Amino acid sequence: MKRLRELWKLVRALATDDAYERYLVHHAAAHGGATPLSRREFYLGEQQRKWTGVSRCC
Amino acid sequence: MRKSLWILVALIGAFAVGGIALHRGETINAMWLVVAAICVYAIGYRFYSAWVVARVLSADASRATPALRLNNGRDFMPTHRWIVFGHHFAAIAGPGPLIGPTLAAQFGYLPGTLWILVGAVLGGCVQDMTILFLSTRRDGRSLGQMARDELGPVGGLAAIIGTLTIMIILIAVLGLVVVNAMKHSPWATATVFATIPIAVLIGLYLRNLRPGRVLEGSLIGIALLLFAVVGGGWVDHHPTLRALFDMDSKPLAWFVIGYGFIAAVLPVWLLLAPRDYLSTFLKLGTVLLLAIAVVIMSPDIKMPAVTQFIDGSGPIFGGALFPFVFITIACGAISGFHALVSSGTTPKLIGSETDVRLIGYGSMMLESAVAIMAMIAATLLDPGVYFAINSGPGVVGATADAAVATISSWGFPVTAEQMHTLAREMGETTLFARTGGAPSLAVGMASIFSSAFGQGLLALWYHFAIMFEAVFILTTLDAGTRVGRFMLQDALGHVWKPLGQTSWYPSVLFASGLVVAGWGYFLYIGVVDPNGGINILWPLFGIANQLLAGIALCVATGILVKHGKLRYAWVTGVPLAWLAIVTTTATWQKVVSPDVRVGFLAAAEQLANKLASGALSPEQAAVAPQLIFNQRLDAALAMLLTAILWIVIADMLRVSWRVVKGLPVPPSSEAPAVALAEVRT
Repeated sequence: MKRLRELWKLVRALATDDAYERYLVHHAAAHGGATPLSRREFYLGEQQRKWTGVSRCC
Repeated sequence: MRKSLWILVALIGAFAVGGIALHRGETINAMWLVVAAICVYAIGYRFYSAWVVARVLSADASRATPALRLNNGRDFMPTHRWIVFGHHFAAIAGPGPLIGPTLAAQFGYLPGTLWILVGAVLGGCVQDMTILFLSTRRDGRSLGQMARDELGPVGGLAAIIGTLTIMIILIAVLGLVVVNAMKHSPWATATVFATIPIAVLIGLYLRNLRPGRVLEGSLIGIALLLFAVVGGGWVDHHPTLRALFDMDSKPLAWFVIGYGFIAAVLPVWLLLAPRDYLSTFLKLGTVLLLAIAVVIMSPDIKMPAVTQFIDGSGPIFGGALFPFVFITIACGAISGFHALVSSGTTPKLIGSETDVRLIGYGSMMLESAVAIMAMIAATLLDPGVYFAINSGPGVVGATADAAVATISSWGFPVTAEQMHTLAREMGETTLFARTGGAPSLAVGMASIFSSAFGQGLLALWYHFAIMFEAVFILTTLDAGTRVGRFMLQDALGHVWKPLGQTSWYPSVLFASGLVVAGWGYFLYIGVVDPNGGINILWPLFGIANQLLAGIALCVATGILVKHGKLRYAWVTGVPLAWLAIVTTTATWQKVVSPDVRVGFLAAAEQLANKLASGALSPEQAAVAPQLIFNQRLDAALAMLLTAILWIVIADMLRVSWRVVKGLPVPPSSEAPAVALAEVRT
């Protein structure tokens, strides 16, 4: 059961599904008090950032 | 105990490599290649990569990486090494390692296989890992920035020009592969077209319905893509729809050009990002499936170890074994493009310096394994069938009878009946002259899949493989156009400020238009070329990619020397010397060879003479001036690329010489060392 849960965590991390949760944890620790971005704002911002440099190859 | 295990691996590896090298029977089982590859990778990873990381790079696990020092919860963030491995592999693996080996199989299975293994273990993996490490030490700086910081402005400028050129040629050649796969194939065309609205649908889902739930969005998308493969079959059987999607290569080329432009200017969340998620899932799934299927089925390889075409007379592309096998297979052995990814997103995620071994060296090893699988898929076909699919009409003859007669006369028997049956089984009207590598790879993959997972679905597997390759390629195409646009805007910003603003729409449209026009030109010429166009564009792409690898290795060698590691400089210096020899020889031959199938100028000359003497048909005469101009342009481009490489090499040698003589050089751009303990508290 524990193994399965870890596998699920790994799959979510590979798909970047956990990015927002990780951002919230970091945000709370680093800028406690300020309002974090909403899930949607965060997602759109991340897409923009990811696709600004070379992210895909031949 | 440990030691004897590794001795055993070495012995098995040596036996397998010796076996494939010396075997001269009718066929050889693919497991020989698989075992040889696994042993070579295992030894390379266990010993060479460990030595390079410890001695040459002196990676220090107690030194805080930028992900730890600059953690912002977004791009800089320490991440588990297997997850970074997954992201990095997904980023470097594209259609390149699938197409290159398929084309290089014209020399037989042996030369390509050996180059893929040796090139990866000693060249490609080392390059990827070293650049990843150096960029990690420099807060994730790009290859161009590192070249400028460490060597000087000349190296930096060369890296930027090289990158932009390779991008243009790469996109053109990939566009051509996709056009050739869709040409007069209603099933493939309908399926590939359907992938666009599917991506848009997933984009809307991920933005509006369930923001950021990539996993479920992608699973829905994959289900829709599989449905699109089946749906393409229905289109193929419907008389009206069939006619609608039965398109010639010219309109398809315009479609690809239009798609590239639209995808580059639309917001990323709508088309580019969701397509990339789908492509990544599909890529990882299919590679895994292919590996399992190859092992289950362990097919026999029917291609000879070495064919007569090593003399340069090959029908798929002209040119002798040396240097052209090393140009044709870039991705899978050593790919300069990887240096751009290794010096971009990935270094910002690395949690410990020693992780570069798994992430840099390991990912490239896996990509090399993909290339080996592509080689197996190409060489398990009857050689006659392989050549019939991949040879252009200009080489073997335009009719089926002429083509089979020419190919059979080479000692690779094939009949028109055989090709017809195969095409029918794959749900295609014809498989003759389907150049570009994608159809022959799809036939190979379909036969592996169907014999491993149930016969009778050949046509479905074939079109699944085509869809898989097309999704891959269109992803590289739109992402590449976007990157090219950013680079161009950056450069144009120096000319006129507003053009440099990446969010100013007129500038976006202008720069995207320029990039698309650049690759669209080469794509269009490739489409009208009666020899298939791939034979011109692929070597040019290979030269460009190896040039970029040369620049990356120059940067790495220069930095090693500057850090007092002159005696280890051969680690990157030897692959660099090899690439310099290969690209320079290839360029020389592509420019001055009197053989019209190799030399650009000779081909231009011959066509010009034919045009002048009126020996061409009216249609041929209409496109001849464009083809002549293009061949001359290609010659100039190849010379430009090689000149850039030698300029960077000279710059690197100049800096190294000054280091040895104790003269001043640009200071190291390495970020100051911060101990792990300081960041953690």
